[in-house]
Amino acid sequence: MGQWLTSFPGIRLHIAEPIDHFVRYINITYGAFFVSSKKLLGAFISAVNALLDLIPWWLAILAVAAISVRCLKSRRKALLYGGMLFMVGLFGYWEMMCETLSIVITAVLFSLLIGLPIGIALAAVKGADTFLRPLLDAMQTMPTFVYMIPAVMLLGPGKVPAVLATVVYAVVPVIRLTSHGISQVDEEVVEASRAFGASRWQTLVKVQIPQAKPTILTGINQTMMMAVAMVVTSAMIGANGLGMEVLIAINRMESGRGITAGLSIVIIAILLDRLTQGLVQAGKEDPQ
Amino acid sequence: MRQEPPILEVKHLYKLFAPHDFRGDRKMAYKLLELGATRKDVLETTGITAAVSDVSFEVKRGELFVLIGLSGSGKSTLVRCLNMLHRPSRGEVLMDGEDITQYSEAQLRELRRTKVSMVFQHGGLLSHRDVLGNVAYGLEIRQVPKEERQARALEILRMVGLEGYEHEALGSLSGGMKQRVGIARALANDPEILLMDEAFSALDPLVKNDLQFELLRIREQTGKTIVFITHDINEAFKLGDRVGILRDGRMVQVDTPERMLEQPADEYVRRFIHNVNASKVLSVRNVMTVPGCIVKQSDGAHVALTNMRTSGVSSAYVVGEAMHLRGIITLEGALGVREGRLTFEEAIIKDVPLVDNPDLPIADIVPLAAKAAFPIAVVDEDHVFRGIVTKASVLSSFVA
Ligand SMILES: Nc1ncnc2c1ncn2[C@@H]1O[C@H](COP(=O)(O)OP(=O)(O)OP(=O)(O)O)[C@@H](O)[C@H]1O
Ligand SMILES: [Mg+2]
Repeated sequence: MGQWLTSFPGIRLHIAEPIDHFVRYINITYGAFFVSSKKLLGAFISAVNALLDLIPWWLAILAVAAISVRCLKSRRKALLYGGMLFMVGLFGYWEMMCETLSIVITAVLFSLLIGLPIGIALAAVKGADTFLRPLLDAMQTMPTFVYMIPAVMLLGPGKVPAVLATVVYAVVPVIRLTSHGISQVDEEVVEASRAFGASRWQTLVKVQIPQAKPTILTGINQTMMMAVAMVVTSAMIGANGLGMEVLIAINRMESGRGITAGLSIVIIAILLDRLTQGLVQAGKEDPQ
Repeated sequence: MRQEPPILEVKHLYKLFAPHDFRGDRKMAYKLLELGATRKDVLETTGITAAVSDVSFEVKRGELFVLIGLSGSGKSTLVRCLNMLHRPSRGEVLMDGEDITQYSEAQLRELRRTKVSMVFQHGGLLSHRDVLGNVAYGLEIRQVPKEERQARALEILRMVGLEGYEHEALGSLSGGMKQRVGIARALANDPEILLMDEAFSALDPLVKNDLQFELLRIREQTGKTIVFITHDINEAFKLGDRVGILRDGRMVQVDTPERMLEQPADEYVRRFIHNVNASKVLSVRNVMTVPGCIVKQSDGAHVALTNMRTSGVSSAYVVGEAMHLRGIITLEGALGVREGRLTFEEAIIKDVPLVDNPDLPIADIVPLAAKAAFPIAVVDEDHVFRGIVTKASVLSSFVA
């Protein structure tokens, strides 16, 4: 007696199995849908990849340097960032970088496509926030591997489930910061817009979104960073590229290979972060 | 002939705020308020805040009507009911005889685009646009073509003294200039009614003075009807043709500044106005000015006429021996004498509003000033003419 006091009693909630069944059921019932959407998304990723491959390496480096000079107003940074990109080439990872970037870019695009409207709707609809906030929290704190399982089950291994998992993970900040930015807009300013006879749509487009722009851009930036952070994880489900390189290095205990591939990912992250921030800054300084 | 209806008429207006989870009966709150319960009583018994209760007043076309009250008295809520930013809980708001509380969303948008504009306490300006972009906002909402709205915005900017600032970023403007942008934005729509919610309250005194003057000038120029909110009685008396005092959501008195000084409706109003007096205890001597034109009785009508012409006034004070005041002669009177219809003595108006003690506090001559057709003449105990006090200077002496 008293066993249940010292160790958890033998009652169990069998929730894992139904979820498995559910995913399997969906897979079977909507198999055709997943196959075709996989094809579509796969084609999209390939197209992005092909586009990136089309850009000659020297042009990419020049572009990075030019953006640094124009937007960050620093020759030192132009040299630094251009040099960093050159390094990736020196490591022998130029093609892989393009491959990885194609996944990241696709995932970011879809995150924005989904996240921006949801964020706006979230700010507009009272009460939606209390409803969705816990969900967003869960999406962000859930170990990222967990998304991989259903993604692989539904779509099979490859880049497409990698994009899907990345979107689920990376969409959160853009939703959150878009909604936050819009609801933080000065009440009096929104009221003023109404007082001039603006419709809700006009107020949204002409006042709320432009006023929230800095916050929204921060959200986009974070989404991008999180998408890069998923690179290694998504390699586990067969997304080729730099992430795969890191995984192979781990398996074979090749420190050098691991470090150069890892460094290349870091370089991508830094460049994406700094250059987009530079573009945002430049946009802010322009009147209107 | 029927009289033109007032441009704005508010009838028994209520605005109640109930908590989100309110389950009780609003009728109870109305009943209590009708019985004269205070806002506090109603809040305690029903949980409802009666921000505005049973307020009625009207504003005539071209009038500058000031609503005044302490913080929380319901000024902002009331003024937002006038353009339906707040939907009144009960009562009517008539504009040119039409009850706008019955308007649909689309009708309200139209009303706000063309008839009623608002200036906000902190401007409510769009920081992502330059000055021109802000002023043109209302026109943009109405889908006025770009060229046209920019031309109109420039015209208005000139009117409020912001010429040359059209491409400035808002961040680089001072508080006073931002308020000018706010006023310009409201005027750009060419509204009939301008609502101003504490538009000058956040400004420092000198800038405030400037803008008050500017507002009076703009009103002179455009003839707009203005509903102006303030918590500053000096500002209210300086600007208002008529002033309404709000207390805990109720209108305590609506009157001209003169009549309010003369006959405060109750102790509350008296205390409110007392603040004005306390700010500056002045005597008549302090606000007295030199009359524009004086003639000696011995000079006759001809000199009086010439003097009036040269000083560009239509009346002259007539003094006798040792500057003793005899009365006033008007232009018509003097002309009458020249044409031989009157004698000079007959033409002198003896019934001049008069104060015979220059050290009298100004508050004491307010009733006289309110009634007087001419400036008040000030004489000393020996009946020697000392100067005059105009109605305007009496009222503005209450103003810091
Ligand atoms: N949206 C709201 N919900 C609940 N109560 C409100 C709301 N708006 C105003 N009130 C209450 O109504 C009363 C009147 O507020 P209002 O803002 O109209 O006063 P005010 O005279 O403009 O004051 P101030 O000088 O501080 O601007 C206050 O007691 C306020 O707390
Ligand atoms: Mg207020």
